[in-house]
Amino acid sequence: MTATAIAVSGLVKTFGQTRALDGLDLTVNTGEVHGFLGPNGAGKTTTIRILLGLLRADAGEARLLDGDPWRDATELHRRLAYVPGDVTLWPSLSGGEVIDLLGRLRGGLDPKRRTELLDRFDLDPRKKARTYSKGNRQKVALIAALASDVELLLLDEPTAGLDPLMEASFREVISEEHHSGRTVLLSSHILAEVEALCHRVSIIRAGRIVESGTLADLRHLTRTSIAAELAAPPDGLLELPGVHNLEVDGTRVRCQVDSEKIDTLLRQLTSVGVRSLVSQPPTLEELFLRHYQAEEPAGATANGRSEGASR
Amino acid sequence: MSTLAGTGGLVRLILRRDRFLLPIWVLVLALLPVYTAVGINQFYDTPAALQDLYRTVVSTPGLLAMLGPVFGASLGAITAWRAGLVFTVVGLASLLTVIRHTRTDEEAGRRELLGSTVVGRYAPLTAVLLVTFAADLVLGAIIVAGMVGLGLPVTGSVAYGLSVTAAGWMFATVGAVAAQLTDGAGGARGIGLGALGVAFALRAAGDTAGPDSGLGWLSWLSPIGWAQQTRSYADERWWVFGLAVVFVAALVPVAFAVLARRDVGAGVLPARLGPPTAAPSLRSPVALAWRLHRTTMVSWAAGLAVFGALIGSVADSVGDMANESAQLKDLLERLGGEKVLADAYIAGAMAIFALAAAGYAIQATLRLRGEEESLRAEAVLATSVGRVQWAASHLLFGLLGPVVALLAAGLAEGLVYGLVSGDLGGELPRVLAGALVQLPAVLVLSGIAMALFGLLPRLTAVSWAALGLFAFVVLFGPLLRLSQWVMDVSPFSHIPKVPGADVTVTPLAWLLAVTAVLAAAGLAGFRRRDLVSGA
Repeated sequence: MTATAIAVSGLVKTFGQTRALDGLDLTVNTGEVHGFLGPNGAGKTTTIRILLGLLRADAGEARLLDGDPWRDATELHRRLAYVPGDVTLWPSLSGGEVIDLLGRLRGGLDPKRRTELLDRFDLDPRKKARTYSKGNRQKVALIAALASDVELLLLDEPTAGLDPLMEASFREVISEEHHSGRTVLLSSHILAEVEALCHRVSIIRAGRIVESGTLADLRHLTRTSIAAELAAPPDGLLELPGVHNLEVDGTRVRCQVDSEKIDTLLRQLTSVGVRSLVSQPPTLEELFLRHYQAEEPAGATANGRSEGASR
Repeated sequence: MSTLAGTGGLVRLILRRDRFLLPIWVLVLALLPVYTAVGINQFYDTPAALQDLYRTVVSTPGLLAMLGPVFGASLGAITAWRAGLVFTVVGLASLLTVIRHTRTDEEAGRRELLGSTVVGRYAPLTAVLLVTFAADLVLGAIIVAGMVGLGLPVTGSVAYGLSVTAAGWMFATVGAVAAQLTDGAGGARGIGLGALGVAFALRAAGDTAGPDSGLGWLSWLSPIGWAQQTRSYADERWWVFGLAVVFVAALVPVAFAVLARRDVGAGVLPARLGPPTAAPSLRSPVALAWRLHRTTMVSWAAGLAVFGALIGSVADSVGDMANESAQLKDLLERLGGEKVLADAYIAGAMAIFALAAAGYAIQATLRLRGEEESLRAEAVLATSVGRVQWAASHLLFGLLGPVVALLAAGLAEGLVYGLVSGDLGGELPRVLAGALVQLPAVLVLSGIAMALFGLLPRLTAVSWAALGLFAFVVLFGPLLRLSQWVMDVSPFSHIPKVPGADVTVTPLAWLLAVTAVLAAAGLAGFRRRDLVSGA
């Protein structure tokens, strides 16, 4: 085992006119849970498909577990498990059959772990796949992946269909996986999930990594929006560190504040007297807009971009 | 009535989704009887010839079983008999249309999406029944117009057109009920097809039973039987339409009553549970492919076997038919005896079976594309299964399936023909050879489908176009006097007409070589290309 599980540099992939990946660099260290953040269509799925050898990169280099994801696909796949974001199963097979089949094709799975996971995710393995909801299909793929004895988990928005309870179970299980030394690449657009689980995060936008580092490194990205109605016009807010985009309209205040400076701001506000207060954690979209507005005008969010051939 | 809200919009949606499919089956099924009348008129151009044909048919159980009873010796009555399969096929088309727009949509979750808009609970079923009923009505009207246009009696033509419409309506309602029962479209189709099969079998049994057996009433248990018992062009019995009306009027409320009581997505029959763990054998791509292909394979083999048995039962009497006509007998004896006719009939049937098996070959091979488009291929290819290994696991059934299906057809046909003609030992191998000799041509279609899948995955539908072209060349080429090089395009043109003709190995070996090259190209192409999911 080497220090890097995934090493990607300068990856390019085009689908006709669309440039899905545009010089992507990504490094995932062995043993870490790496968050792969980005809005829909940013290129997350395309990256994972290249890592799986399902797509061939047009340019750039990709190494996966010290192998070439295209050439050594079958050998590498023994050592990894993949959960797609959009799980489709064979309608006539039962959930249990799919779990066993995928596990065996991967090179075997741990029956004890399988039973335990079925229990924790509260899945009835006897039901035919056609009768499963989206969330249950996702559970099937998750259990098949997690019960396999592999080094690397590639999870593509694995909680998109799960309810909050199951999401909690999912987080628990992923932390356990981390403690048992597995590497996880977790693609997601749910910031809270990534914050709870990941040690390092890479943010992808329009086919490029625009930010990569530990969560602490990225903390500067997280600003909270505050809207308050005060008892009197405020004073001295402008001088406070970590306060941005301040708008004062009589007794009404709107601003954004770096997460670690909330306390200072609130003290200042309460000293004047607060009538009402709304505080909103930043959504991922907002983060992107705020952080990259300079590079691309607002409105050109990555939201509407097609994810190439993925859908 | 809020439960019907949105019906109009849904009717338009169905018409939009089926804008090609619906006109095609309506037109093809409507023109079939009309062309049949034209053909019969050409070959049996005197009342005496029609009378001969009538007497032959009445005394040939095999023909009665396959096509139904014949009620008169007029051109109209003979046409209605000869095109007898139309009733079954219209029933099939109507049944599948209803299920396609009800249970299939529900299973796919599209119904849910619609249900969240202003669409009443009864609207989807009402809409598809309206569309299907209307389609059947148009179908009947075209038949009436065509038949009257050919100069056939108006009363008989109206009765005939209406009887076809009635068959469609009855099985549309069968489809409507079946769609409520199971939670999967496959199960609903199974119930509907089962009902159609039983109706066909009852009719066939009743029609062949003969007047003395006292079993003729069996036909009266079958909706298909009713449609035929209206006796178009032969002293029409209008009251029989009453049965169809009662049938439809009874089943439609049943379908709506069940619909009103069940949840969206649920069935009435309990969803069967599967095993909680996989059988130890389910551990390889081939094992998975077998699971996915086995039902289709068994169905095709059974279907072709049934038709083979039917052909086998009739083939001997085709030879007898020649005895009825002194001229024909004389001609045949000079050509090599009445056996020639039976042989030609069997070989002709084999050519049709081969086209059907080729359709199956494409269907089975293109399962690859279906798996890829639905992203299920990814799940397997993300494990330690190699590209070629996965593709080959499905290709195996694309090749093996048609072999099994044609083998079943040949065995059943040879067995029945051998028993009927009293020379089982002699005829079985001859007939079986006739089936097997088709295989090299059939497998070329697997090869074409595989090559397209590997090299041009977005154009896999071209395989069907190729089959259509080959079928056209084989079926109409001689008639249209197409030049030899056009004929040679079709692999089926290189198949000797067995039994009867001699077999030369060279063209068959060539066809197998072509298949091997196409399949290898497909596998190699797939190894190199990106996975391409659905549009």
